[in-house]
Amino acid sequence: MLSHLANPARFMRISGVALPWLGGVSLVVLVLGLFWSLILAPPDYQQGESVRIMFIHVPSAWMALSVYLFVAVASAVALIWRHPLAEIAAQSAAPIGAAFTFVCLATGSLWGRPMWGTWWVWDARLTSVLVLFFLYLGYIALVNAFDDASRGGRAGSLLALVGIVNLPIIKFSVDWWNTLHQPASVLRLGGPTIDVTMLAPLLVMALGFTLLFGWLLLVRMRTALTERRLRALRIYGEAAAGNASEASSGAARPAWR
Amino acid sequence: MLIGPNGSGKSSLLRLLATLLAPAAGRLLWGGTPVEDDPAGYRATIHYVGHLDGVKPALSPREMLGYWAAWRGVSHPAVDAALAAFGIEPIADCPCRWLSAGQRRRLALARLIAAPAPVWLLDEPGAALDDDGEARLVAAIASHRAAGGRVAVATHQPLALPGATTLALDRFAAPPDAIAI
Amino acid sequence: MRAFLGLIRQDLRLGIRQGGDIGLVLGFFVLAVILFPFGIGPEPELLRRVAAGIVWVAALLAAVLSLDRLFATDYADGGLDLIALSAMPLELAVLAKAAAHWLTTGLPLVIVSPLLAILVDLDPAALPSLVVGLLLGTPTMSLVGAIAAALSLGARRPGVLTTLVVLPLYLPPLIFGTGAVEASLAAEGARAHLLLLAALSVAAVPLAPLAAAAALRQALD
Repeated sequence: MLSHLANPARFMRISGVALPWLGGVSLVVLVLGLFWSLILAPPDYQQGESVRIMFIHVPSAWMALSVYLFVAVASAVALIWRHPLAEIAAQSAAPIGAAFTFVCLATGSLWGRPMWGTWWVWDARLTSVLVLFFLYLGYIALVNAFDDASRGGRAGSLLALVGIVNLPIIKFSVDWWNTLHQPASVLRLGGPTIDVTMLAPLLVMALGFTLLFGWLLLVRMRTALTERRLRALRIYGEAAAGNASEASSGAARPAWR
Repeated sequence: MLIGPNGSGKSSLLRLLATLLAPAAGRLLWGGTPVEDDPAGYRATIHYVGHLDGVKPALSPREMLGYWAAWRGVSHPAVDAALAAFGIEPIADCPCRWLSAGQRRRLALARLIAAPAPVWLLDEPGAALDDDGEARLVAAIASHRAAGGRVAVATHQPLALPGATTLALDRFAAPPDAIAI
Repeated sequence: MRAFLGLIRQDLRLGIRQGGDIGLVLGFFVLAVILFPFGIGPEPELLRRVAAGIVWVAALLAAVLSLDRLFATDYADGGLDLIALSAMPLELAVLAKAAAHWLTTGLPLVIVSPLLAILVDLDPAALPSLVVGLLLGTPTMSLVGAIAAALSLGARRPGVLTTLVVLPLYLPPLIFGTGAVEASLAAEGARAHLLLLAALSVAAVPLAPLAAAAALRQALD
């Protein structure tokens, strides 16, 4: 299927058809999930209503990690098999992943405020997500740091692979660091166990986020592909037009840039 | 001899032959065998002198030739012969930051003699050289070819290379409507 | 082998001739450490608690600062072409470059660290674990830094970019290095941390050159 989609024009056609359906389904699932988590699920006996932030915080943490994995896999495909759309997929996904990471950090902070009294606490999960945020930023910065876009794409792919290899090591060291220093409040986000009435809306939200990611990814990829076509037409369109007129007037070959 | 206007791809072709640039399609064959089968062996047969001289300001020409030869695995480089061939013995022990552009070019070309190899890939070797330098370059190329070596030179200056096959690159430039996304 | 040693020797000779580079790194190291007492106050009690962290963070920043020396000049003056065309595989060349970098950056940092430990009032009992930790951690910094330096070649703001890219990757040595010092003070022994630091360096030796060489090939393309 991947090679079937490799042709940009075919990808545009198929994604164009799939897009409204994907958008519709993700909207329905998200609304369902939000309703369930914000209205139907019972409030926590300890934290009260503010536990509902967990239904956005935890799925966005899952998404942050999964999207990074997606970027790494797409980068591997781009480097090893040179699938033409793989690089575009990775570069389009990264800002979405970074956004999920930011949402996770922001909701984590909002959730923690009523509990710990501070806007930030250096617990293992939040710190890991913060580091992940910087891994995303590094990738995005690297891709955009080159005047030659293809060089930026290849460098970014390599960095994504380096990042995914280092991620377990970094996570391990952050957990290690956290147990060493034992922050004042040891309240684990999400509680020691997650009741099944909490788990179901979590999974629904996770599904909704995944569908949202898919929709956003396709939108961004289509935009990127259209941008490239426009650029190519703008650069070569004039030369092609010039060629045609020169040939018809019998002049010598135009000087090539 | 590769000729063509600016941007026609002379430098890129030489870099491709030197395996510094990977081809978008197709393969490089040397003596009928693909280069990727034995990259180290192929690298040992070629010498590449590009636009940039690769000269470090804090080291002297003698030291630079020594290191360049060491990187090619040559244990007894012909440093003195190389310096003499390009007329830079007087400045052999000065730091390279004192050298003019033409002298640096001579130094870069001198490594062709210091660590010999059968195939020379030269990109605009005559740039920045004065008449004496150019004469020495032509002499070096001639003696290399006489000894059975091969030379590929990209130049848009006229260089006296008798019997050279010319390749005009503007005949190969990609047409404007071949766009890769 | 000759090529490998030859590359190390060239970079070493350059480093010594242009001795200013080593001086700059050490100067930055010392300055960065000195900034902290001004920032957080000079009380010995407070400084002692954060001493290990200060020294390690300063060492990290000094290492990051020196990374642009690794490949940028070769890339700019054409020397990288010659290294790529040498008799040794590019991965080995990266190892040689990283080794020379460590000898001219990491090792001086390790040697100067006891002096700085005095400035931040580090408990003398913890000094061996600080020095050994830095000794084991600085090779990782040179090797992993080589990846970031290679990736940034030809970019618009290579210095800042390298910093942003490499800092998340430097977290593990930082955590284990400072952990080693704290563990030795808590009398539970720094062995676990030092072994982890050593493991990181040992793992980086074969893996980092792979990634860095791939990045160099992209830069040369």
